[in-house]
Amino acid sequence: MCLAIPARVIEVNGDLAKADFGGVVREVNISLVDAKVGDYILVHAGYAIQVLDEKEANETLELWREILALEEEQSER
Amino acid sequence: MRWEKGFRDPKLAKRIVEKIHEVAPKKDVVKICHVCGTHEWVISHYGIRSMLPETVDVIAGPGCPVCIVPAAEVDEAIQVALKGAVLTCFGDVVRVPGSSMSPLEAKVKGADVRVVYSVIDAVRMAEREPNREFVFFAIGFETTAPSTAAEIVKGSPRNLSFLVSHRLIPPAMELMLGIGDLQIDAFIAPGHVSTIIGLEPYEIFPKAYRMPTIVAGFEPVDVLLAIYMALKQIKNRTAALENEYKRAVRWEGNIKAKELMGRVFKVVGGNWRGIGRIPDSTLALKEEYLKYDAHERHSVKISGGRDIRPGCQCHLVIVGKIKPTECPLFMKACTPQRPVGPCMVGVEGTCKIWAVTSQHSV
Repeated sequence: MCLAIPARVIEVNGDLAKADFGGVVREVNISLVDAKVGDYILVHAGYAIQVLDEKEANETLELWREILALEEEQSER
Repeated sequence: MRWEKGFRDPKLAKRIVEKIHEVAPKKDVVKICHVCGTHEWVISHYGIRSMLPETVDVIAGPGCPVCIVPAAEVDEAIQVALKGAVLTCFGDVVRVPGSSMSPLEAKVKGADVRVVYSVIDAVRMAEREPNREFVFFAIGFETTAPSTAAEIVKGSPRNLSFLVSHRLIPPAMELMLGIGDLQIDAFIAPGHVSTIIGLEPYEIFPKAYRMPTIVAGFEPVDVLLAIYMALKQIKNRTAALENEYKRAVRWEGNIKAKELMGRVFKVVGGNWRGIGRIPDSTLALKEEYLKYDAHERHSVKISGGRDIRPGCQCHLVIVGKIKPTECPLFMKACTPQRPVGPCMVGVEGTCKIWAVTSQHSV
């Protein structure tokens, strides 16, 4: 019920978009978000509820790798 | 998605698990409560509990929207269907028990009950069959409510009405803190609800209750990081709101979705199955949209249904007081094939998840 699936927008037509769910293409209502072709969106029950921020995702992973490495160094001292 | 692999990286996960063991208390058990069925699925599916130290107990709160809908509201949905309207509902709602039967059992008795993937499907069905009355049973938390609001604002077909059963997560979290013998030490807040409501509604937990609160995503690394972040706060005796799910959750949430919800719904007190009445926790149609209210259109109003069947412990599972394996019916009288309680029905029900991921045999 609260599960939301990420998909990539491949075509936009007003409030509707075609989105690629890893090979399966479905129509999604994008009226709740500002999404353009190429964006990754979170889709819940036929509606896009948020646009995913790829830069933020990569930065989060990188930041945590750095933090954990730094903490490891500190605990080894 | 290119980054998805990173959030499933076994090496990174292993390092986080090591850090969790480092910061976890050595003697006293800490309790971290999540309130999302999808988090429970990730935790169970990836065996996250088995990786944690014995002093870290991750419990599931009322995070399954199907489980917490009171029997009376299911009874109302069944009644409109038995009166002749077409009842449309999400897939895991059809088997949820009302006082005496589920919507699926009503279908066996001749009611027209149809499963939809989205409210959009209900709208299309109503448009295709203009001579029949349709009702959409609108169940779900803040993740789902905006789509219901959007279809109502657009102007639904005149032969479609709604049984609005949407509920809000933060008031349920606050209620959890009032359960004296639970002794929660930190919250993991639901990421997808948070994409809509943003971070502000959670501020009360660190500020008023000194409760570390981490908004988390749904990959295994997301959940492990959230547990680690919570444990660090517990260890350092701090209480802050942190956003682990920055790729999807912004401070303000989804403004469009929130505006739509505010336009269509008012917030009222409501019953939650197994919990009772929670103030300001339920959405109801505003006056100007009452023409879409199935209660009015089909003259149904039921109160005081039978929420919990004899022997069923769902009311204790829903608030994290017991684990599914502590219920005497679990995998005996109550199975995914023949569910007794709501927690064994919904895909996000804790009992159902434990049953299908074989947690009980670990």
